Amino acid sequence: MTQAPSSLPTETDAEPSIATVGDKAGPALPAGLTADDLVEVCRQMILVRAMDERIWMMNRQGKVPIAASCQGHEAAQLGSLLAAQKDGDCFLFPYYRDLALKMAVGLTPRQVMLSFMGKDGEPYSGARQFPLQGADLPRNIIQISNVVAAGLTQSVGYALGCKMLGDDTVTLCYFGDGATSQGETHEAMNFAAIHKLPVVFVCENNKFAISTPQESQMVVSDVAARAEGYGFPGFVIDGLDVIACYEATRQAIEHARNVGPALIEMKVERFMPHTTDDDDRRYRDRDALDEARQYDPVTLFPAQMVDQGIATPAQIDEFRTDAQSQVNDATDFADAAQPPDASTIYDHLYV
Amino acid sequence: MAEMTVIEAVRSALHEEMERDERVFVMGEDVGQRGGVFLATQGFIEDFGPQRVMDTPLAEASIMGIALGAAFRGMRPIPEVQFSDFVWPSVNQLIGEAARSHYGTNGALKVPMTVRIPYGGGIRGGLFHSQNVEALFFHTPGLLVVTPSTPYEAKGLLKSAIRDDNPVIFLEHKKTYRLVRGEVPDEEYTLPIGPADVKRAGSDVTVVSYGLSMHYCLAAAATVADDGISAEVVDLRTLKPLDSETILESVQKTGKLLIVHEDNISGGIGAEVAALAADEAFEYLDAPIARLCGPDVPTMPFAQSLEDAYMPSPESIAAEIRRLAAY
Repeated sequence: MTQAPSSLPTETDAEPSIATVGDKAGPALPAGLTADDLVEVCRQMILVRAMDERIWMMNRQGKVPIAASCQGHEAAQLGSLLAAQKDGDCFLFPYYRDLALKMAVGLTPRQVMLSFMGKDGEPYSGARQFPLQGADLPRNIIQISNVVAAGLTQSVGYALGCKMLGDDTVTLCYFGDGATSQGETHEAMNFAAIHKLPVVFVCENNKFAISTPQESQMVVSDVAARAEGYGFPGFVIDGLDVIACYEATRQAIEHARNVGPALIEMKVERFMPHTTDDDDRRYRDRDALDEARQYDPVTLFPAQMVDQGIATPAQIDEFRTDAQSQVNDATDFADAAQPPDASTIYDHLYV
Repeated sequence: MAEMTVIEAVRSALHEEMERDERVFVMGEDVGQRGGVFLATQGFIEDFGPQRVMDTPLAEASIMGIALGAAFRGMRPIPEVQFSDFVWPSVNQLIGEAARSHYGTNGALKVPMTVRIPYGGGIRGGLFHSQNVEALFFHTPGLLVVTPSTPYEAKGLLKSAIRDDNPVIFLEHKKTYRLVRGEVPDEEYTLPIGPADVKRAGSDVTVVSYGLSMHYCLAAAATVADDGISAEVVDLRTLKPLDSETILESVQKTGKLLIVHEDNISGGIGAEVAALAADEAFEYLDAPIARLCGPDVPTMPFAQSLEDAYMPSPESIAAEIRRLAAY
């Protein structure tokens, strides 16, 4: 078992390789962050939520064929991404519930809506794939497969390539709890451990694989517990806490670069059905869902920043107003855009 | 010119390309210290080190997924599938991922990966060491599928595959590895992926094949020549893209078409070649299009009698040529 460096989060007594980082109150300003960074996270999460809600609405209007909502995952994605951005040398393998991550790296609301409506100018795949699922290589983001967990072995191969070429990149691989049931997840983690590859496995555990709850996917309560079996550290994080996710990812990146792989499990909530095609009333307890919504990071984090004097109420109000106007503009823009020309169907089949 | 076996030609191509480009590396089960079960990478670990001649865990899905990820980073991986029958756990990474990565990113990602797969039977490999797997990859847009039959082609095509920015399924018939010998130039050369090769010119019947069975077709053509039948043997060499021009040119000349392969007959390469001839050369045909292929059983069974019953042979091919020539 790889010895964790002293900078990693404190380990609990029960599970030597698992630690719990952060609580909902959160520390004030963690290492490497400024007040402006945290205010920017407020702006981003408010915009992402407004976008996510509009996308769902446009699905009901028949203009967005399919969408997987990010609601409940925003803090996990924005916190971990902030660590990757501060590091400056990370490459991301996202998974499909990642609107916050994609927008925070610079995707504009107009581009998002083009992508969800499948219009010409769609930036990731030329509207060949589901929304946001192609690659954005200039922003160090690669494609997503809908064959869950296929990206894990690829991310490990990417990290292997980085190591062979002698660069300093750390690869961050995001996936859900459902992906941990796939055999390739095991194969990826095992290989990464053998070669001490610079990769961080980031599990956004929302406790549901479509309708199948965690207890039908595994008997352990924490995916992170599996890390010990591969000989690298695993950490359980409150995924509704931006700062905890930032801090854990920051330390995991450092560990990956200097020692080898790490697994961080961010416990999040999925506030919406799996996708616009799903009806979660068939399987999801309404009271539990209402309870979960009490911890909505898009409500709590801006309030917390105001409480701590990091953001002002006026700023938050302005973010909300601005978000609505950006979302309106994006909707009109994408609605008026043309679909891709049918003659492009054979483009880029071969290099 | 040096005389080589197919496996020696494969080894020579790999070694030259690894010397030429340090982004090229091989990975797979037992390819390092062991040099591969067929010794394709014998001695490589001494020349290139364990990182570029990487023994992987026994886990085919990740071999392919990791190779693909390394290709995304700009490496030029050559994953080896130990036997074609073991490719199935990795098929999602090939068909579901590698084949559509360039297309699905609107041209942003490239996949410079060559998947080497020893395939085919006639070696008493039974149900799990004999299989022909080409039809599935042939059916997949985004992949290139190459099936050399001689040492000269194995070397020249493998070098081209390694330099190609598309994912290439490189199928090496394992019975040809040591059975087939041939001249290979001493100097540097490559062969283009795509063109078929007329291995024997003839005027009465066109015989289209690839891999091991192409050699059986040549033997059959020599046999029927004694009876005054002139068979033209077209070696496809590359299955995808299919060289329809060479096939059609030959069929237009002979008016008769026989397709021979070891793979199962239903939905095989022969079905596509037959459809091509029916679509594009119907008015030239003087006989029904014929296919002599493996029967529709999972693959060739272990017992010698059953394996013989499965495999096309020079004798069965000669009989089929004679049948067509009689029209």
